[in-house]
Amino acid sequence: MQKEVMFAGFGGQGILLSAKLLAYAAMEQGLEVAWVPSYGPEMRGGTAYCTVVVSDRLIGSPIIKNPAHLVAMNRPSLEKFAPDVKPDGVILINSSLIHVKTKRNDITELIVPANEAAANLGNVRCANIIALSAFAFKSKMVDIDILCKCVEEEFASKPKLIPLNIKAFNEGLKIADTK
Amino acid sequence: MAKVLMKGNEAIGEAAIRAGCLNYFAYPITPQSEVAEYLAKRMPEVNGVFLQGESEVAVGYMIFGAAACGERVMTTSSSPGISLMSEAISYISGARCPAVFVNIMRGGPGLGGILPSQGDYLQATKGGGHGDYKMLVMAPDGVQEAVEMTMLAFPLAEKYRNPVMILGDGLIGQMMEPVEFPNNLNKEPTNKDHWATNGMDTRKSKEKNIVKSLFLDPKVLNDHNLTLKSQYEKMKKQEIRFEAYNTDSDYQILIVSYGTMSRVCKTVIDNLKIQGIEVGMIRPKTLFPFPEKAVYDAACKKSCKKVVSIEMNMGQMLEDIERCVKGKKEVSWYGKCGGDVPTPEEIINHIKLLLK
Repeated sequence: MQKEVMFAGFGGQGILLSAKLLAYAAMEQGLEVAWVPSYGPEMRGGTAYCTVVVSDRLIGSPIIKNPAHLVAMNRPSLEKFAPDVKPDGVILINSSLIHVKTKRNDITELIVPANEAAANLGNVRCANIIALSAFAFKSKMVDIDILCKCVEEEFASKPKLIPLNIKAFNEGLKIADTK
Repeated sequence: MAKVLMKGNEAIGEAAIRAGCLNYFAYPITPQSEVAEYLAKRMPEVNGVFLQGESEVAVGYMIFGAAACGERVMTTSSSPGISLMSEAISYISGARCPAVFVNIMRGGPGLGGILPSQGDYLQATKGGGHGDYKMLVMAPDGVQEAVEMTMLAFPLAEKYRNPVMILGDGLIGQMMEPVEFPNNLNKEPTNKDHWATNGMDTRKSKEKNIVKSLFLDPKVLNDHNLTLKSQYEKMKKQEIRFEAYNTDSDYQILIVSYGTMSRVCKTVIDNLKIQGIEVGMIRPKTLFPFPEKAVYDAACKKSCKKVVSIEMNMGQMLEDIERCVKGKKEVSWYGKCGGDVPTPEEIINHIKLLLK
């Protein structure tokens, strides 16, 4: 069984990191994984996107036209990629920056005010972690406890940041659970 | 050893160190600059040397210098950078020095673009520089294979006293995948006392070693070229590596594809199988020496109607495939070279067109 998710947003929103953490968690679960970033000219213009492919067998094409899920952190990303998502997928919409919805009724919309929730925790930069855990909870793509450990490990060299990011992680779970 | 999640570029850097390469010279260029970034940090930790040259031309000759001294040495670059190094590669081949070149290809010609490409197939396998030389060229299809091929490249370069090239593309450099580093490699370089300028102190023979590619006497130069040729012939006998995929089936179409493109083709083959269409693939892992017999035999299978080369270029390996198939079956090409990797859907549509 193969599942893919595309993380998309502005450069600086932690898109690549969110995607990397998900990939780590999948690898820790013993799954095959590929993390495919955008590094082309569009990235230099400000948008960043990254696909994570997770599978229980060797991954063929790491190039995915129609991902199973989408995490959209800004409006251009939602408008560009939402039509590509496969039916029955999860589309996370960062409602702090995106004031529209997808107009699709064959997918699950997960509305997460990631920036506001992060600001309430004291640092808007952890919005990506809130989105990550909310998405993981809803999509069940990886094990939540393993993912949480991966977040802790990621910040091991900056231990001061661990409590904030764990708080953000739990906040994301809470938001997804009440939706 | 546990698997680690690494970018292809970083994994290639780590693989070089694990293969006992302590000399790395390079000049940054997208999409492979992370190799230099990684080794700038790692080389000092293992008492190795990373030096950024003032240009790729300079880097090519820094490689020559280190290789002539018998040191394990590597550089990494991307297409335009490899063009600048091509003169040095010719000299290094002529002087019979072992060295490892990694080309993480981007779109061309000229500055082209920075996205993945396979546009340097002909440059890598047929020359690039001047003269009758060949590099041993290996093409990984992912991060794990990039590691294994990089580690294998050093002993092979020494075995043949010849440059070895790892030909990847931007996607392999930029993508992260879980990797495992094999630790069974003999890091000890082979004895180079009989040819390298590695100092007289430790050497038994008191005869001077001279490393050069200039042979003005026509007979001597011809003999020298015959020696080189014999090494290439030996590679053809001993170093051909390839993977056959779904070739047990009664495939109607045979794909020949390598690197990133071959992975996309595996998805194509799996999907078409579900639809009841059998497609086989030969994936060359070595581009020189090319798996000539494997391609010929696979093309000659009775069920096979057509052969298609799928590449991220305008049809370069196509020439080798046509040469190997010897007109037994129709050979055509499908690909793109702007930087967008053809998707499984696009290739499936093309295969169905071929079957009409």
